[in-house]
Amino acid sequence: MKNLADAGIRFYLILVLVFLYVPILVMAVLAFNKSPLYALPFEFDLVWFKALMENDRLLKAGLNSVLIALANTVIATSLGTMAAVAFGRYTFRGKTMMQALLFPPIAIPWLVIGTAMLVFFFWIGRAIGYPGIARGLHAILLGHVALSLPYVIFVVGTRLNDYPKALEEAAATLGATPCQVFRRVSVPILAPGVVAASLFAFAVSFDQFVISYFLAPPGVTTLPVEIYTSIRKGFTPEINAISTIIILVSMGLMLIVARFYRFGGERSGNE
Amino acid sequence: MSEVAVKGAVKHYGTVAALDGVDLTFADGEFFGLLGPSGSGKTTLLRAIAGFIELDRGEIRIDGTDISRIPVHQRNIGMVFQNYALFPHMNVAENIAFGLDVRSVAAAEIKQRVSESLDLVRLSGLDQRRPKQLSGGQQQRVALARALVTRPQVLLLDEPLSALDKHLRQEMQVELRRIQRQIGITTIFVTHDQEEALTLSDRVAIFNKGQVVQAGSPRAVYERPVDRFAAGFLGEANFLDGRVSVIAGGVARVVLSTGGEILTPAADLALNEAVLIALRPEKISIDPAPAGAAAMPNRILGTVVAAIFSGSSLTYRIAVGDRIFIVFEQNKSRAPLPEQSAVILEWPTADNVVVKP
Repeated sequence: MKNLADAGIRFYLILVLVFLYVPILVMAVLAFNKSPLYALPFEFDLVWFKALMENDRLLKAGLNSVLIALANTVIATSLGTMAAVAFGRYTFRGKTMMQALLFPPIAIPWLVIGTAMLVFFFWIGRAIGYPGIARGLHAILLGHVALSLPYVIFVVGTRLNDYPKALEEAAATLGATPCQVFRRVSVPILAPGVVAASLFAFAVSFDQFVISYFLAPPGVTTLPVEIYTSIRKGFTPEINAISTIIILVSMGLMLIVARFYRFGGERSGNE
Repeated sequence: MSEVAVKGAVKHYGTVAALDGVDLTFADGEFFGLLGPSGSGKTTLLRAIAGFIELDRGEIRIDGTDISRIPVHQRNIGMVFQNYALFPHMNVAENIAFGLDVRSVAAAEIKQRVSESLDLVRLSGLDQRRPKQLSGGQQQRVALARALVTRPQVLLLDEPLSALDKHLRQEMQVELRRIQRQIGITTIFVTHDQEEALTLSDRVAIFNKGQVVQAGSPRAVYERPVDRFAAGFLGEANFLDGRVSVIAGGVARVVLSTGGEILTPAADLALNEAVLIALRPEKISIDPAPAGAAAMPNRILGTVVAAIFSGSSLTYRIAVGDRIFIVFEQNKSRAPLPEQSAVILEWPTADNVVVKP
């Protein structure tokens, strides 16, 4: 009876994963198919990856995406970690309210946020007499940072809350200077959370379409925006090729997140 | 080893006085318990001594040196926290070595002293374990070893045993006392467990609303509480109020407001003075009242309202007029007195303690 239930559960979960992965797999497989019209039978060829290497627009967009994602990771992770520590370790007026205000942006549709940012940047640009400042990589970066901050604060904050302030106090009573406390107690404890948060920040930025689309001036694109534009023009399996690369990178990152975030807290106990 | 002196300590949070003029001296090598309800200031005082809280006014001296302006890490204190606060990313040996390591003690000496500390708390052989692989009692020992290995002048314990179950707690009480005696360190500990405070301490101080209500040996504080709060907080007490009617031969006769009379030592009492008297429930002897029994001073008649059985002892609730007396009795061979039965309560004059209201 128990075996039967086990098998049932396993079958169900396999179905869920099939549902999740089959479209992705089909797309990835077709990236290696020779036919430009996705025709079968399958014929293995790397022609679309070669074409991709020569497609300057896609490569340029890809480079933009990576640069923005990296910059976003550094900025959002630093700012977010500091905010998480402030929320987790200090008391100040209005703290609860500020904490509550962090999360609604996650629930607001990106389309709405993107529009709001575009309008806001235009307004700023006009106000200071440089309307052109409203769009560009810097605007995209700002948008991504705003978008990923709540995730970073949440991920680092969760980690921080798992460990009481008494750890840092104990270190101080044992003679550790504030600097030693930070380096030898706070950092090691927070590290898994910070790593997970930075991967989150990278992924949020790298996969972001709506805000990038709104804030990109003509001639400047990020990878998701460029893919969207190409698809509208009628597309070739080149898109499959670049998508396959993105998926591999994203999945790799998320697997690392899972390792640090989900299991980070228990590693020491399981050794 | 050191004496800690707190003088005129005041700390306000907004309009609330967490410490409202506290003077206490912790003698060299003494085990001192700070007791009180939550929010009474005991933890605030402990944290001020540790250096986590800066006093608004007053001073704290260790061996005559004012430490008010010295940051936590330079104070040379050891502290054990409520949930031990062991570093989860270090093993037992690394946890204990931490305080020596940050002071740049030589590796060989660290090794030597860590191993001595492990011996002291009887944890030898567990030095490579992670905190999570230890039981609550073992974690407690590691926290203690870690706090002591730096040879601090003062040991501070913040409800150190509250996270342990009852059996382990009693075992750790004995252990804590043994270790404290062995190294003779001045120890200040906060607890809300009155029994623990009485068991462990050389002296206790009872806190209420940021002030020390009473300080002294556990026995002195228990047997001679100064006021209603002290009597009620430390153990249980029956409170009787009345007026002094006669003073003769060092004994005052008090007419109770509920009727009946009691005798109490007359020190400082004046004729006709209103007094409040505390009487511990275990000082009262209880017996079935024979027919026609009469009340006398320190002997009153009542009716059993409830008899609560708790293994080694019985707690009686006895109605006397419109007042309830609490009486403890050892569970000897006699069956519990039935509810509604008439009883005589009797106790010696010396057990009536006049307290401030």
